[in-house]
Amino acid sequence: MPFIDYYKILGLPKTASEDDIKKAYRKLARKYHPDLNPNNAAAEKKFKEVNEANEVLSNPVNRKKYDEYGEHWQHAEEYEKAKQQNQYQRSYQGSAGGFSEEDFSDFFESMFGGYSSKTGGGRRAKFRGQDFNAELQLELKDVYRKHKRTLTINNKNIRITIPAGVENGQIIRIKGHGGKGVNGGPNGDLFIQFSIINHSKFKRDKDNLYTTVDLDLYKALLGGELMVDTFDGKVKLTVKPETQNGTKVKLKGKGFPKYKKEGEFGDLFVTYQIKLPTNITNKEKELIKELQKLRAL
Amino acid sequence: MKPTDLIPIELVCKHYKIPVAFINALQEFQLIELTIEKDTFFMHKKQLNKFEKIARLHYDLDINLEGIDAIYNLLDQLDNLKEEITMLHNKLRLYEDL
Repeated sequence: MPFIDYYKILGLPKTASEDDIKKAYRKLARKYHPDLNPNNAAAEKKFKEVNEANEVLSNPVNRKKYDEYGEHWQHAEEYEKAKQQNQYQRSYQGSAGGFSEEDFSDFFESMFGGYSSKTGGGRRAKFRGQDFNAELQLELKDVYRKHKRTLTINNKNIRITIPAGVENGQIIRIKGHGGKGVNGGPNGDLFIQFSIINHSKFKRDKDNLYTTVDLDLYKALLGGELMVDTFDGKVKLTVKPETQNGTKVKLKGKGFPKYKKEGEFGDLFVTYQIKLPTNITNKEKELIKELQKLRAL
Repeated sequence: MKPTDLIPIELVCKHYKIPVAFINALQEFQLIELTIEKDTFFMHKKQLNKFEKIARLHYDLDINLEGIDAIYNLLDQLDNLKEEITMLHNKLRLYEDL
């Protein structure tokens, strides 16, 4: 495991005073604290680093050990005896927005054995655990129907029900599946953000669907019947005579399920795209010219 | 509102080891809403999450209540903007690949 330069993390020289460390920590903690940077994994990572650096450098015993061994920390076993005498309290005091021992690096664990805390002003309160954030990628067809799915979050399997009609970017909260509470506080929550990928021929806007279908010239001119794909099968449409290119028809209730409104659906909007015939024969050309003449009269 | 959803503020203070004056100040700043029943102040359990965040910001980061009020206003704006971005992003998908 690589050496971590705690001074560099706090932006301080090795000669920094206790006051400098406190100031630098407070400044960086305000910048990266998870409560001020919701759903920002990069800030959370940075905050953990800052918190760990403060944990070491603000404790005179840990700082002395770190300064003395620095990059040669792997030879610090001799400190083991001293560590036992120190009687780490291992009583987290809620200074890191619900962080637990697991949030410290392997380097820290190896060198200092665990975390103590002298920060937090002596408040030893019960705190809710940290909220976890996860992203779940689903196909549009997956969210057409309500279904159950098993997710693995931090090596724990969680079975959740995904309601039909979930939107891209929507976040749902799973209560109590976040980080463990601190000092006996309740667990945090798990927030799942859905990323819906659409490989279908339908465009979606909330619970309405949009699609374009090709319509041949003669059916557009004379009218007729047309089979159209919906998200849930095919329907027969009656095409009116003299239908223009770009005409939109609404198929009521053939859109996407409405979120948490079982049995209710949006609409499907079908746009006709009239296809002109290609590779026309001489005979066809003659007849079209006839039509042209008739129109010109 | 179920009576079981209400927590006496004395209990909240004991649990989080903070002075009652802090909760009173939060109410004055309209950061937390309290319910009064028979001369006793209660906090709704739905407010606990927000209350914990405020306590952390105040005690761990030394941010005063004016600052927390400003932060909450900005975080609300951030939430609204994020929602708007998601909505616009979803709208934009309608016109992509056209």
